[in-house]
Amino acid sequence: MKALLAAAALLLAWPAVAPAQMPAHMPAQMRARMSAQTEGAQVEIRAHGFSTPTVTVKAGTTVTWINHDDDAHTVTSTVNAFRSPGLDTDETFSHTFTTPGTYEYYCTLHPLMTGKVIVTPERS
Amino acid sequence: MSDGHEVDRRGFLQCMAWTGTGLIWSVVGGVPRSRAFGPGPAEAQSGESFSFVQISDTHIGFKGAANPDALGTFEAAIGRIKALDPKPAFLIHTGDITHAQKPGAFDTVSEALKGVGVEKTFYVPGENDVFADGGTEYLNRFAVGGPGRGWQTFDYRGVHFVGLVNVLNFKAGKLGSLGPEQLEWLERDLAPLASSTPVVVFAHVPLWAVYPEWGWVTDDGTQALAYLKRFGSVTVLNGHIHQIMQKVEGNVTFHTARSTAFPQPAPGVGPGPGPIKVPVEELRGVLGVREVRYAPGQSRLAVVDTSLA
Repeated sequence: MKALLAAAALLLAWPAVAPAQMPAHMPAQMRARMSAQTEGAQVEIRAHGFSTPTVTVKAGTTVTWINHDDDAHTVTSTVNAFRSPGLDTDETFSHTFTTPGTYEYYCTLHPLMTGKVIVTPERS
Repeated sequence: MSDGHEVDRRGFLQCMAWTGTGLIWSVVGGVPRSRAFGPGPAEAQSGESFSFVQISDTHIGFKGAANPDALGTFEAAIGRIKALDPKPAFLIHTGDITHAQKPGAFDTVSEALKGVGVEKTFYVPGENDVFADGGTEYLNRFAVGGPGRGWQTFDYRGVHFVGLVNVLNFKAGKLGSLGPEQLEWLERDLAPLASSTPVVVFAHVPLWAVYPEWGWVTDDGTQALAYLKRFGSVTVLNGHIHQIMQKVEGNVTFHTARSTAFPQPAPGVGPGPGPIKVPVEELRGVLGVREVRYAPGQSRLAVVDTSLA
């Protein structure tokens, strides 16, 4: 429950793209879809850990990781669903989760750093 | 300096202060003793005696606040090695050659170390050297023709050297390991040796449990150490933790080395491992290189750490 609340807080804190930034001629349906896809959650990497080890998002959500450490880290799926390059200080990595499921990941430099993203159906 | 799992921070800092001017570690009857050394006439190198250098964790490409000039401190380390008299027989680099496999970093290090004027540098990888491509670039550069994936063995003047790789088997939530293939190779490699043969083992991550909570241990290191137990003189050289630590277990002496790039916290101190920023004027005092001296008839190799201050 705590993790869910944290994920919800992150969702609120992460701004979606404002409609003004989208081309005006874009069909409404596409605009709505783009808005949904750019909604996201953010996970901070700090002191060799993921700030929110479990994040729960709806399908279509983009999750962004940002590295605040001086050390490099990676965000690497245990089943090869996504794989970041080495992230230096302040570098970010984003992945859009389109398919519901549980995605476990870790840092290939420091494998004791682990986390997971739980993706729920878009309409639930 | 205390040994083993419980590191006394105060003792550690005292050791760090001592080693600002260099320190010789020697072990008599299983008890480590140290004495400061200063400038003076070089000890004559005669007979079968020789020395070699351990350099570690050069992290070329690192530009973090802990040391924005990791290339500059690496060059200072090269200067220290060049100044050694007598010259070392060879160099051993115990990994994290690069910082996160930055382009060009392998070239920078290998070219600079060729310029030191010793015949050869033996490498083992750190996780920073292999994480991005599973070790492809590292192995193509440094391990072509070897017996396995980067592990290696050689003999020099009666001493048997073994380089082990413990960063290629990283799995989520697990500690780094050597793996069964390498362990079997090690067992076979050591089997024909007389127990009186001095053995030097080098690898990136400590083979002994320095601090498992931070991954400062090799999962199956104890298996490797079981094969080494019967030997009368075993010296284990590791990097990874960017600080000097020593432990004696029977005839096995473990040493971790300083980085040339940045220090890390003492085990368990602070929220986690990683680069720590020290005052600029103190940085070179906590970076360094290591000379290891072997003389026949002495059961322990003398390990001399020199800071870059």
